[in-house]
Formats: sequence, structure tokens, C-alpha cells
Amino acid sequence: MISPQPLIRMQNVGKHFGTFQALKGINLDVIKGERIVVCGPSGSGKSTMIRCINRLEKHDEGRILIGDTELTDQIKDLNAVRREIGMVFQSFNLFPHMTILNNLMLAQKLVRKTPKAKARDIAMRYLERVKIPEQADKYPVQLSGGQQQRVAIARALCMKPEVMLFDEPTSALDPEMINEVLEVMVDLAREGMTMICVTHEMGFARSVADRVIFMDAGEIVEEADPETFFKTPQHERTKLFLSQILSH
Amino acid sequence: MSFDLSLIVETVPKMLAGVGLTFQLLGLSAFLGLILAIVLLLMRISGKWYLDWPAQLYIYVFRGTPILVQIFIIYYGFPQLEFIRESVLWPIFRDPFGCAVVALSLNTGAYVSEILRGGVLGVDRGVLEAGEALGLSTTQRFIYLTTPIATRLALPAYGNDIISLLKSTALASTITLMDMTGIARTIVAQTYAPYEIFISLAIIYMILTFFLQKFISLIEAYLGRYTKRES
Repeated sequence: MISPQPLIRMQNVGKHFGTFQALKGINLDVIKGERIVVCGPSGSGKSTMIRCINRLEKHDEGRILIGDTELTDQIKDLNAVRREIGMVFQSFNLFPHMTILNNLMLAQKLVRKTPKAKARDIAMRYLERVKIPEQADKYPVQLSGGQQQRVAIARALCMKPEVMLFDEPTSALDPEMINEVLEVMVDLAREGMTMICVTHEMGFARSVADRVIFMDAGEIVEEADPETFFKTPQHERTKLFLSQILSH
Repeated sequence: MSFDLSLIVETVPKMLAGVGLTFQLLGLSAFLGLILAIVLLLMRISGKWYLDWPAQLYIYVFRGTPILVQIFIIYYGFPQLEFIRESVLWPIFRDPFGCAVVALSLNTGAYVSEILRGGVLGVDRGVLEAGEALGLSTTQRFIYLTTPIATRLALPAYGNDIISLLKSTALASTITLMDMTGIARTIVAQTYAPYEIFISLAIIYMILTFFLQKFISLIEAYLGRYTKRES
């Protein structure tokens, strides 16, 4: 049997910021329904890697393919690629001047051309899924961090994306709010969403990841299923990292 | 020295007859200046040097010279030029009101474009990235995200400029316009009572500024409604 065509394919991807090499020779295939957790020390290139997938950063070496479309400067409709890739940021990045409902409806109306009434239905459905429909008419600043991040997840889901990227979604949250966000992410994973999560929540990695990727200094150092990754890491750098984050 | 109260009672209504002209100058110049400012802003942030540089030069020239000098150049200088006398714009430059509005608009446009640019630069990059990630085009991000947020950020400084513009309209009196200041100067020339008249005039401007400031605060409160934690 031929293995399914990967949804995302990164081939020998490199990225420089000035003289600093943020990514080196990244090879990564993600197939539909796969759940990948990316971890690694600060500055290891994890965020840069997933930001290259929806071209918030431009890679300068190698190739990135989303389905059949290669991300290049010549790409005709980047926004058509982007609407299939949901992204959740560390700092939520809700639109501060819009109500929660309008945050969820804006891109549906502008990008998906969904009629207003339907966009509202979809928005309310996802707000219910993240368990905050009663906040629909509030502004982001009136919500707690955990609630804001759940809205951000719902906003991305309203676009019915093929893949969800999570860039340290719980790192800016107070400890008591981390679980409410992780629960939503676990639900999503259980429903079969293709996910790439940059996170240090190792409990999340253990329970839902198909693969855990460890990055250091812009490279993928180790890649394994969670069981192998946590029990028998191969590389010294991985062992050191795990001992640092699991000891407290 | 004596302070003639009856003179004030008598002349304040006369000066107030010029308030209409003051507000016409303010309203028209603020409106035209804002349109000019938006054009200059778009040129500045276009990322294209052939749009950015002329806008920068324009802003430099108009911020670098006194508004009074600009008014004089337009009012006394332009009629010397034959092509202006023969152009369709001549009715504007022949008229001191037209000259004053043009000068005030050109001047305030330069300042306001920089105020707006400050607002645009103040928009959180992450918010724009979120729009980008959702597939919003550059134009859509500018209209739906940058514009409303930048407007709120720029409003306090913009209000300041409008208040400053109110006072600049007094310069129109130097080119024969009978705004409040123009009327006051005429009365002073007749009565030789500069103290009473100009103090009264100053107080009228302060009262107008007070209401203008209140009006701006109301808009600020409305645009800032989403920054309050309590609904």
C-alpha cells in the first residue's frame, strides 16, 4: 500500500535571521490526522518552524508543500492556503476592538464568504464547543486569559481548517487556566484534527501525541513516539532537556 | 489702570459674530487636512520609495515652516504667478477665506499624517498576524484591523491637533478675514482698549476649547469602550 500523501511536507528547510540560522535542514512530513508535539529549549526554532508552515515567516532554504501547493514567493493565492491552516498564538491575539462573536465571524465573512447568519451559527457552535457561549457579546479584555485562548481556538476552528498549529498556547496563562485550554486541545485531538503543537505540556504530549519532536539550535534532534521519547531518549541534549523540565 | 466692564459687555457679542467664520475655517481645514493626512499616510506606509519620499518631503516642508509664513506665501505670493491667476483654482486663491483654508489644511495635514502613522505603528503586530493566519488579505487587514485600532490610538494626539488648529484659525485675521480675532483687532483699533478686548477674546477661545475637548473625550470614550474590563 502506498502511504498517504502528507498534508504538510518540509524538505531540508532552512531559515536565517540576518546571520543567525534559526532553522537548519528541517525534514518533516505530517499526514492527515497526525498529532505532533514539538518541544525544545527557548530559541531552538520551534516557533519559527511552525510559523514557516503558514508563511508568517519565509523560509530561505529547502521546500515546504501544503498539500500540492509549494510555498514560494510566486504563490498565487497564499490566503487560500492560509485559510486551511488554523493557528493559535501564545499571546491569543484576539481582535481587541471586536466582540467575541465578531472575532469569530470576521474571517468567515471576508475569507470564506459565509453569509452573516450562517457565520453566526458556526461561531456560536464553536463557542459552545469551547464552553463559553455566554461570552459572545463581550470584548476580549473582559475575558480571562484561559477564556481568551479558548476563543482564539474557536476562531481558528470556524474556518474549518485542515490543520491546526499551536504556538505555545498555554505559556502565557496563569497555572489555573492551563487545563481548560488543554482540555479543548485534547478534545480536538480525539476528534481526529491534524495538529502541530509547540508546547512544554508533557502530560498533553504523553496523552495525545503520535510523535514528539525535540528541537535544539534550529535542528530536529530527536523524533519518536511519546512512549519511546520519554522513557528512552537517545540523545544527550534530549535527556538534559527532559531532566530539566520534568524535575519540577 | 482701569478695567472697563461695560466695554466687554458691549464687544463680546460683536466678537461672537465671528465665531461662525472661526468654525467654518476649523471645520473645513480639519476635514480637508484629514483627507490629505490619510493620503500622505498611505504614501508613507506604502513601502514604495517613490511615494514615501515625496510625502516625507512634504511633511518636512510644512512642519518646518511657520504657518503664518505659509498663509502669507499663499495669499500674497500666489497671485503674483500668472499660471495661478489663469487656473481654475484662481477663485480659491483670490479669496482670503480660500487662502486661509488651503494654508490651514496643508499645514494640519502634515501634522495629522504623522499622528496617524503613530497610531498605525502602535497596532499590535500579533493581532495583524492573527488576521494574516486566518487568510485576510493585506487590504482587509488594513480596513478591519489596522484602521479601527490605529484610530483609537491616534485620537488623543489628533484631538490635540484639532484644538491647536482652532487657535491657528486666528491667523486668518492677518489676511483681512473677520473671524473673532479679526473683529477683535478692529474693535481694538477703534477703542484703544487692547487689554479688555483681547482678554475677552482669549476667554472665548478657552470656552470653545473646553467644549471641543469634551466632544473629543466623548469620541475617545466611545472608541475606547473595548478597553474597559467592566462592561
